[in-house]
Amino acid sequence: MWTIAAKDLRSEFRTREAINASLAFSITILVLFSFAFDPENPDIKIDELAGGLLWMVYSFAAALALNRTFARELQNDCLDALLAAPIPQSALFLGKTLANFALLLAIEILSLAAFGIFYHVNVLEHLASLLLVIVLGTWPMAAMGTFFSAITVNLRLRELMLPVMIYPALVPALLAAISLTGGLLHGDPLRVDDGALKILVSFDIIFTSVAVILIDFVLVG
Amino acid sequence: MAQQLKYGLAVVSAALAFWVVYLVATTLPLEVQGVGAYQNFYFHVGSFITAFSGFFLGLAASILYLKTGNFKYDSFAAGVNEIALLFATTGLVMGSIWARYAWGVWWAWDARLTSMLLCWLVYAGYLMLRTSVEEPSTRARLSAVLSIFGCMIVLFVYKSIDWYRTQHPSAVFGFRGGGGFGPGIMYPVLLAWGSTLCLGILLAMVRMEQAEMSREIDALRRQVHSY
Repeated sequence: MWTIAAKDLRSEFRTREAINASLAFSITILVLFSFAFDPENPDIKIDELAGGLLWMVYSFAAALALNRTFARELQNDCLDALLAAPIPQSALFLGKTLANFALLLAIEILSLAAFGIFYHVNVLEHLASLLLVIVLGTWPMAAMGTFFSAITVNLRLRELMLPVMIYPALVPALLAAISLTGGLLHGDPLRVDDGALKILVSFDIIFTSVAVILIDFVLVG
Repeated sequence: MAQQLKYGLAVVSAALAFWVVYLVATTLPLEVQGVGAYQNFYFHVGSFITAFSGFFLGLAASILYLKTGNFKYDSFAAGVNEIALLFATTGLVMGSIWARYAWGVWWAWDARLTSMLLCWLVYAGYLMLRTSVEEPSTRARLSAVLSIFGCMIVLFVYKSIDWYRTQHPSAVFGFRGGGGFGPGIMYPVLLAWGSTLCLGILLAMVRMEQAEMSREIDALRRQVHSY
């Protein structure tokens, strides 16, 4: 599992295809958001919109990066070799999820900084809680994204099918993450008994387990 | 035998539908619970109950397919999920018409409406997946996995929106319990449900037969090519 994760991260680090593209993409979206509303208008409470804007950027960037998860193994039949290797499919899945998770976190922290600078939002006030929410919200994106990219890897319309399937599936997690992030950027501290936090944690646990169980039927050599 | 059953279902479905329309036109009060446009309300509820029965049957058939590998279950899952999606669509459309008169808008970003729309999107993705995989066993495997996953997501969405505000009247059969109507309204709701259910079974049977047949044709074609 760690070997797979390390391998993916190493190949990403050497080529930097996904991280560069996603980062450029998320900065572009951040700029586009400034046309959707006037950030200098004092009537618009930017910190109320911030949670939603931030997670929109994250989920768009994630879909872009996650498409490559299994697709990059198609060259030279690497996917067949990985499936033939004497490891359980769940190890392959979790390894790839971990690698994606690290990749997405790197992109998100960089675009969080850009967001804070561009939109005058104080991201440092509850930085520790904010990072916790980002970690909890990114894990399902990585896990579900890896799972669905395993389903779509051999399809003709791979790049189209992944977003169609992944966004409805992620809605509970995104909703919870948006409401938590919005609260934190507004200046309210994180509470342990917050309903959205409970939903986010239970979503992480339930859907990671379901994906680990079902991945044996998806990745068949 | 199967042919007669289909005709029977069609007749029963049509008769029940006419009965509901007759009841609506003649005996029921014009205003129910202070809301107008209740005429399509019965089929709205009936459609959704049929749709959810279909999604759960599809879930069961998908699990059975992954356990046994029997293609009959795959055709069954494909048929019921597709027809369930059809009834979810009619339910949404009728709900939208109802909302236009009851709330003054075609659509409200209400928790229950949003979650139903998400459910619709998940299963639309299921059908898209089915059409984009050529190889029958891969298609059956992947769509069974997606059907199980989709059902879990739908359940989670329904559970997680419990604490959001909703302006939709509470469900007839919900996790929360409650809801419920007066006896005069429950009766045509049950009739409409029976009507949509018969129609649903009929359509699912037809779709299942078509799926079986297209698989047979596919197998024959492969056989021919192998010579």
